[in-house]
Amino acid sequence: MLKHLRKMSVVLMMAMVMLVTTGSPILASKADDTLRFAWKKELETLDRYFNTAREGMIVSRLICDDLIYRDPVSNKYKPLLAKSWKWIDNTTIEFELRQGIVFHNGEKFDADDVVYTLNFVSNPDNKILVQRNVNWIKKAEKLGPYKVRVLFKKPFPAVLEYLAGNLPIYPNEYYAKVGPEGFGRQPVGTGPYKVVEVDPGKRIVFKKNADYFKASPKGQPAIGTLVQRTISEMTTQVAELMTGGLDWIYLVPTDQAEKLAKVPNIKVLKAETMRIGFLQMDANGRCGDTPFKKKEVRQAVCYAIDRDAICKNLVGGQSRVINSACYPGQFGCSQNVKTYEYNPVKAKKLLAEAGYPHGFETDFYGYRNRPYAEAMVGYLKGVGIKANLKYLKYSALREKTSANKTPFIFLTWGSYGINDISNITGSFFRFSKRDLTHDSQVRDWLEQGDTSIDRKVRLDVYHKALSKIADEAYWLPLFTWVANYAFSDELNFAAQPDAVPRFFLSTWK
Amino acid sequence: MLQYSLKRICLALLVAVTVSFLSFMLVRVSGDPAFALAGENASESELAMVRQQYGLDRPVLVQYFDWAGRALHGDLGQSPYFKEHVVVIIGHRLQVTMILGLSALAFALILSIPLGVVAAIRPNTWIDRLALGLSVFGQAMPSFWFGLILILIFSVKLRWFPVSGSTSWRHLVLPTIALGYYGIPAFMRLTRSGMMDVLSSDYIRTARAKGLRAASVIFKHALRNAIIPVVSVVAVQLGFMLGGSVVIESVFAINGFGLLAYESIARADLPMIQAIVLILSLIYVVLTLLADILNALLDPRIRVS
Repeated sequence: MLKHLRKMSVVLMMAMVMLVTTGSPILASKADDTLRFAWKKELETLDRYFNTAREGMIVSRLICDDLIYRDPVSNKYKPLLAKSWKWIDNTTIEFELRQGIVFHNGEKFDADDVVYTLNFVSNPDNKILVQRNVNWIKKAEKLGPYKVRVLFKKPFPAVLEYLAGNLPIYPNEYYAKVGPEGFGRQPVGTGPYKVVEVDPGKRIVFKKNADYFKASPKGQPAIGTLVQRTISEMTTQVAELMTGGLDWIYLVPTDQAEKLAKVPNIKVLKAETMRIGFLQMDANGRCGDTPFKKKEVRQAVCYAIDRDAICKNLVGGQSRVINSACYPGQFGCSQNVKTYEYNPVKAKKLLAEAGYPHGFETDFYGYRNRPYAEAMVGYLKGVGIKANLKYLKYSALREKTSANKTPFIFLTWGSYGINDISNITGSFFRFSKRDLTHDSQVRDWLEQGDTSIDRKVRLDVYHKALSKIADEAYWLPLFTWVANYAFSDELNFAAQPDAVPRFFLSTWK
Repeated sequence: MLQYSLKRICLALLVAVTVSFLSFMLVRVSGDPAFALAGENASESELAMVRQQYGLDRPVLVQYFDWAGRALHGDLGQSPYFKEHVVVIIGHRLQVTMILGLSALAFALILSIPLGVVAAIRPNTWIDRLALGLSVFGQAMPSFWFGLILILIFSVKLRWFPVSGSTSWRHLVLPTIALGYYGIPAFMRLTRSGMMDVLSSDYIRTARAKGLRAASVIFKHALRNAIIPVVSVVAVQLGFMLGGSVVIESVFAINGFGLLAYESIARADLPMIQAIVLILSLIYVVLTLLADILNALLDPRIRVS
């Protein structure tokens, strides 16, 4: 039914394109200095720590600042609310804070805000949703009005990455007064935009923070007003964009993005994101005596699929084939590992060597991007592997995996925007319920990398782990995902790999 | 009449309880809600925390009776997604959907009844065929498609109405037409067949023989009787429109009850789903009950049987 509706919406989309290309021009919001954008998801709260959505991250980065900022272009860490930082030892870091910064409600920013925020979010009793972002914090201590010390439970080398975008600092007095519920409805930060209106589930209005501190590496916001709307139907978003009701939309399906690219005054960007796709095979035999326990079978799967063709023809845009079990831009993600080119003859030979000269039948699980999975089913059939595609909701798939019922899975992972390999490899190769490999050598290397603060040591052990993952063909890394953006050509907008649009960097032409 | 009404009320309550139990079980068997609540990246410990926090680690029957007990005291729970009482959220959303549903119903009645009357007066003429065509068209066309066609013509091309939203009456015009159109076929065909039956009856012939004006015969004598079945269907159709507004609300970005139901299922917001199902089933039950009682009042044969 949904597939049918999608097809119909594409037909209508084509009709819209034809009408707009022959009709009146699109209105732009440049004249009233208001950027109107939409997304599908209804945000349950504007408190970053109590939602897990990318859209929550977008809002948080507009209205709040972290201690550190990672430059999205150079990937260098720059001081944001912190003026500087100093490693004391493997588990301690100290921050000098900037002075003279005020929150949107007039509250002065100082060490109390940092200590309060970090201690509040790291306290398990407060039940913030993404514990991985904070469970490394032992405590934060105030050393002076503008100096704090953060202690970790154990060495945590990715600390700067986590402090540069996932730990916004809240005003301690206001937050203590209103709590997560109140803050979720009326958030207050030090960021480049302040929230002036929240109509839950409908829209959020942001105004430029005229007092935003000049030394911020985020730069000064250029656009006066931002208006976010929640529109769950993509075709409606497209119609709004075409009629000037919106200036920016994202996550547009590829087929619709291609049509939109033909519309005058609309620009389409198909930008690579940090999300990667991969095939996970039950090398450990968690699901019983499956063929994937044999290395030759796993390698045969790797040789059987033409990733280049799927990447080019189905994903499109800036997507590229990857060879390691991580996003190439992440720290530690070496691509210098064994590669598997498309070679069905070799795949058949390996299957025969493994004792499956006529192939075998297996269940093949997935949860998104069905056309990609269907293409892979076709390639696997070509070498004799009959993969029965079973599509589930992510929650149901996760439950099945935990119950050892998914020997062969098509998965994706976005790393939560964390530009460090530890997020993805730590989730899939360190003996969690997601780990179908259970290779103790790989786990030990990763543990070493995840706890050492010596960059060289980290790079070395991550390379060893990724090489073994590739040699053993525990995974078939597929390709990077793209996010399709469509926006008014009056707008200067640049996409980032974490797919978190930074409207404070946008300007009108 | 009292006995009949009490019997219907008991049956209605039984239906509501059954629906709530079935929906509770169906949501639970569709998977562990903790996975949806905790998010894609959640670790095992985060999942365990979510299960413990929302009582999902208890046996399903215990969870149901706990919920049902609180519901009987008027507490339908708090949404783990919105961190707010579900009744508050549903209250806001239901208002929007009620406005949309009632305006759609009004639109459907205003269009379908005159059309049905004219089709009955002029059977097998071009106007009857046109009415039949509209009726078939209305039933065959998915509301999703029709909504988008309306946007395409009236918003994108003609720029008469806004594409989406619900901030002014202009925003409600297209969704009202899209949702109301769905009800037109049923009303129109009932009116047409009712009118044709009544127009061939003896008392209408008598009225005509007495020299009454045609308009008086049709609207004063015939329509009053012909419309009785329509009255009972109106209640049911309103229920359909409230429950079935999900697609229209999605297409026109109206933050109503239907959209809330759809999205709550996607995010496994169990207290919200339970409350929505219960409220929706109660609305249906009450509307059907009202239709039954109204029918019984209008037609004594129903009471007797």
